[in-house]
Amino acid sequence: MSILHTVNKSPFERSCLDACLGHAQPGDSVLLMEDAVIAALSGTAFEGKMADAAKTLKLNVLGPDLAARGLDPARVVSGISVVDYAGFVDLAAETKATNAWL
Amino acid sequence: MDDMESGVVKKFMFVNRKPPHGTVYALEVLEMVLISAAFDQDVHLAFLDDGVLQIKKGQTPAGIGVKNFSPTYRALEGYDIEKLYVEAESLAERGLTEDDLLVDVEVISRADMGKLMAEMDVVLTA
Repeated sequence: MSILHTVNKSPFERSCLDACLGHAQPGDSVLLMEDAVIAALSGTAFEGKMADAAKTLKLNVLGPDLAARGLDPARVVSGISVVDYAGFVDLAAETKATNAWL
Repeated sequence: MDDMESGVVKKFMFVNRKPPHGTVYALEVLEMVLISAAFDQDVHLAFLDDGVLQIKKGQTPAGIGVKNFSPTYRALEGYDIEKLYVEAESLAERGLTEDDLLVDVEVISRADMGKLMAEMDVVLTA
């Protein structure tokens, strides 16, 4: 079974996202939340990295955190799914463990 | 006699580098800025790195249970705080443009931001 990795820090400020992507195994899920949601947007310096990661990982971003910051879900990089809190619970339930890259 | 009584006006710059809502830095700096308005100082606000997200249009944080303080930036004009500077490179790195911002600002280069900081008497970064 796979693991759910959560990342909550901006990739512009901390290296948590890089560390997560460097260790996650093919088939794992990643959820971008809180200040990490900026990484999900197209047109940022991280777009290429996220598009690459989407080839082997199931990438998700928390919708309420996008809305809080005025970031348009329609601008999310293709291959990243926007989920709500119920979707977060589903992700946690369908993986054997959660790894929070704080 | 202290600086305030003698009418000394210093150049203050509040430098915002953190995104809003994830931590309390953005709101705390905004409160400092509002307080500073009461002291008739020459106040400058800079938004760079993730700080540019503080003045992103369309913030609706009700869904994460956080107060939406972003409209307060629009009220700064009423306190005669009108010197707002945004770093162009920081916007570009985040796929944003000046149209994404909820207040009128002056967009300047990183190099010019550095020069502007050097002209200040007091710089507070968070």
